[in-house]
Amino acid sequence: MRFMVMVKATKASEAGEMPDEKLLTAMGKFNEQLVKAGVMLAGEGLHPTSKGARVRFTGTQRTVVDGPFTETKELVAGFWLWQVKSKAEAIEWVKRCPNPHYEDSEIEIRQVFEAEDFGAELTPELREQEARLREQSAKLRKT
Amino acid sequence: MVVATTDTHRVIDTIWRIESAQLIAGLARIVRDVGRAEELAQDALVAALEQWPASGVPDNPGAWLMATAKRRAIDDVRRNAMLERKHEELARAVHSEQGASEPDLDAALDDEIGDDLLRLVFTACHPVLASEARVALTLRLLGGLTTDEIARAFLAPEPTIAQRIVRAKRTLADEHVPFEVPRGAGLAARLSSVLDVLYLIFNEGYAATAGDDWMRPALCEDALRLGRIVAELMPGEPEVHGLVALMEIQASRSRARVGPAGEPVLLFDQNRARWDRVLIGRGLAALERAERLGGAQGSFALQAAIAACHARARAPEETDWPRIAALYEALAQVSPSPVVELNRAVAFAMAFGPAVGLEIVDALHAENALADYHLLPSVRGDLLAKLGRFDEARVEFERAASLTRNARERRLLLERAEGRARGSAKL
Repeated sequence: MRFMVMVKATKASEAGEMPDEKLLTAMGKFNEQLVKAGVMLAGEGLHPTSKGARVRFTGTQRTVVDGPFTETKELVAGFWLWQVKSKAEAIEWVKRCPNPHYEDSEIEIRQVFEAEDFGAELTPELREQEARLREQSAKLRKT
Repeated sequence: MVVATTDTHRVIDTIWRIESAQLIAGLARIVRDVGRAEELAQDALVAALEQWPASGVPDNPGAWLMATAKRRAIDDVRRNAMLERKHEELARAVHSEQGASEPDLDAALDDEIGDDLLRLVFTACHPVLASEARVALTLRLLGGLTTDEIARAFLAPEPTIAQRIVRAKRTLADEHVPFEVPRGAGLAARLSSVLDVLYLIFNEGYAATAGDDWMRPALCEDALRLGRIVAELMPGEPEVHGLVALMEIQASRSRARVGPAGEPVLLFDQNRARWDRVLIGRGLAALERAERLGGAQGSFALQAAIAACHARARAPEETDWPRIAALYEALAQVSPSPVVELNRAVAFAMAFGPAVGLEIVDALHAENALADYHLLPSVRGDLLAKLGRFDEARVEFERAASLTRNARERRLLLERAEGRARGSAKL
């Protein structure tokens, strides 16, 4: 199963302060361990939210809100995508991660939906619709 | 406290999953016996199960397990050395010969973990073992799977798998298989044995169907993970990256290859939006690595390159058939087989027309290859139908239907036979 592992933001990361060499080295080492264990599928660091934006949905309306955003602890500063055997394994790996910031911070672990997780939700009608959409897009491609 | 204990046990299970391969590998270097190394690692696990619920999980659990197991391993070596010395003294007394020196423990302990892991990989996949023993031992020693998990994945009774593993370990000891990475001329053949074992595990998982125990499809993940590990251990070996590329790209389709009712969905009917882009990206990167290392003509790299052609096509019509045809041509040179030849026929038919494909199929037919393989008449029927030779096509489809053991497939083939019959009547 796969997990999205999210490093939450801090005041410093939101201020655009880059990690120092010591932290970079420690993180690099941890990443290397993940790769060598065949666990890491992907991973990226994110710019502060001052460089981001949000699109708010209200009915049919869309409103764009530019960053930065204030709720620092809820913001994401970086993420990994891991393939592991269980949530317990994901937790065990996170515990081995060096502290990603010099302030208090959190890393959040979320399981990625796999095809079989949709089993009950995807009713025959929805599947029918999906099949129709597929057909339409196939036709569109041919024209 | 019961809850806490269960929690600790779950943590220990997980730590075992992460650490066991390195643990066994490190110990095997000291005691020079994979079976004994596994026992020592298991003993350390038992000690952890006894102590950690009360003492708490240590900060570096892997190091704790290693230290605990190593103490016993060194006792083992000393005892054996003493035994050996006694034998030697006896031998000297009889033959008055010079004895061997005690093994250099410190040098042995300083070696790299990665090297040990690689030694374990090559030992578990040693050609002295039967193919199914290699598979079981690899999953057990390197994948950290329990015997029960392996049994469920391979739809075999647990005692059968347990027996297989015990016998495999005994064979390794009896045959004095050295715990080492082969060098020089022997490496290529031994490496190909390792890669074959991983691909066998992957395919076992890939062949699983919807109703199967989840342990079966999980084999794909196990094989991929082991493949990625070996790729990091041998970054300079192009075929390892070729195999990883092939597995990543095939796994990228796993969501799309089974329909709502659990029926298989063929490549060209798959919803490509459901293909896993992360895995495709990883697969293409691994393929590039293989090619950069000069391994484009390797058997796995070629198969990966074919899979990559499909992965790159956003729609079936965009498939680069001439390139696939060329890749099959190369694959037929590197690892010729009737199945590759049949695939080459399909690719050539798609690239250059059904008549070209039929020529290749007819050559197979004439050699009497794949006589009982339903896909041969099925492909031949398809090509004949495309050429308007419907009567001949019907015979082929009927023959294919009589050869397949899959009921759904048989129905499909018989439908095609009838359809072609109607088609020919119209003409």
